[in-house]
Amino acid sequence: MAINRQTDRQVKGIRMMLGEIGRPVRLMEVCGTHTVSIFRHGLRGMFEGIRFLSGPGCPVCVTSSEDVDRAVLISREPGVILATFGDMMRVPGSLGNLDYARACGADVRIVYSALDALRMARAERTRRVVFFSTGFETTAPGAAAIIHEARKEGIKNFSVYSVHKLVPPALRALLSTPGLDVDGFLLPGHVSTIIGARPYEFIAADKGKPAVIAGFSAEDIISATLMLLGQMRQGRAAVEVQYQTAVRAEGNPKALALMEEFFEPASANWRGIGTIPASGLGIREGFSGFDAAKVFAGVLGGMERAGAASSEPPGCSCGDVLRGLKIPAECRLFGKKCTPESPVGACMVSTEGSCAAYYKYGGPGR
Amino acid sequence: MCLAIPSRIIEKNGFEATVDVYGARRKISLMLLPEEAAVGEYVLVHAGFAIQKVEEDAASDALGFIEEILRALEAEEA
Ligand code: SF4
Repeated sequence: MAINRQTDRQVKGIRMMLGEIGRPVRLMEVCGTHTVSIFRHGLRGMFEGIRFLSGPGCPVCVTSSEDVDRAVLISREPGVILATFGDMMRVPGSLGNLDYARACGADVRIVYSALDALRMARAERTRRVVFFSTGFETTAPGAAAIIHEARKEGIKNFSVYSVHKLVPPALRALLSTPGLDVDGFLLPGHVSTIIGARPYEFIAADKGKPAVIAGFSAEDIISATLMLLGQMRQGRAAVEVQYQTAVRAEGNPKALALMEEFFEPASANWRGIGTIPASGLGIREGFSGFDAAKVFAGVLGGMERAGAASSEPPGCSCGDVLRGLKIPAECRLFGKKCTPESPVGACMVSTEGSCAAYYKYGGPGR
Repeated sequence: MCLAIPSRIIEKNGFEATVDVYGARRKISLMLLPEEAAVGEYVLVHAGFAIQKVEEDAASDALGFIEEILRALEAEEA
């Protein structure tokens, strides 16, 4: 990595502080995009005293096997077009993945934006278009926006299957995990563009951990790391924003208002971690005509009959990896039975999954 | 999946806009943008929606923090 003078000064500063602290520092990067950036720029090797741990911040990785099964069941219904982001196609469920459903004849289409799914519904009025909507707070406002539009235009052949998840409740659950050993948090930049800094206050106030909302370039991550160590050194804990070009304290009020109008907090099943109360988004009662979970309730009620099982692939440690309890190399399937070409668990599917990133860039212990 | 890309608005029509992202043109929605953005300005785009204006001059606070930490360290070393 080419380093400018300012960053060079910061790298030196970090090394000095690590020397003073005198023990390895464990920092969790919550977001999958950070995981990839840290690997790509070789930041794991740059600071000997820092162990970067990946967190639960890859939406693809935390989509549960049951939710994939539900999407598969919906896609098999007559007249249905199931639209979703490309990353979701290979996430394993117990009935196979969406790629497989498509090979078996279901009409599953990849979209770049939720808007594309709505366009499909406008263009093909005789079909039932279902948007399988995944992602964190960055993505959820777009789903709210298309429900708003569909309602305004009176589009009836359109619904959303929401498996949206929320970052702060997951972090809260994570922080009460026994055995969790983390000194500070690099918080996701673009999730925070939407929600702002306040929803993370509990990390510092209740749990006493430093946290910094970080951007995605190597320079951003180095600056944020310096800010985290600076807090540790001064013995304080606060939520600070390094990524000020994109994050305001109050977030994006317009996006938040749309989310609030169409979604309500719902308990959500995180792959490998389990159910966390109020950590997901369900569509509000008043809009159930757009809620695929309601529209297809009959089909989804028959999950067991269809042979869907709720267990994760045997031997997969994704749940521990997502909580920073294990590194991918500690999974016995890693690089052997489980590779990006033939993933066993979801952490190996998305390029942002920590197992996939470790595999590609070669993490410590590999 | 949560990556948003800074893109320049090159055309605007109500809530729809065309942006330039690293030389490619894309149609996006401005529905989620909390403030007005004019042609020529930069917005962060995620999955087809502009989610924030990019303010190039907003970084002062963080830089202030960082400068403070570095000065303190460098003073001790000297
Ligand atoms: S290497 Fe594969 S099997 Fe092991 S935890 Fe990662 S995704 Fe699961």
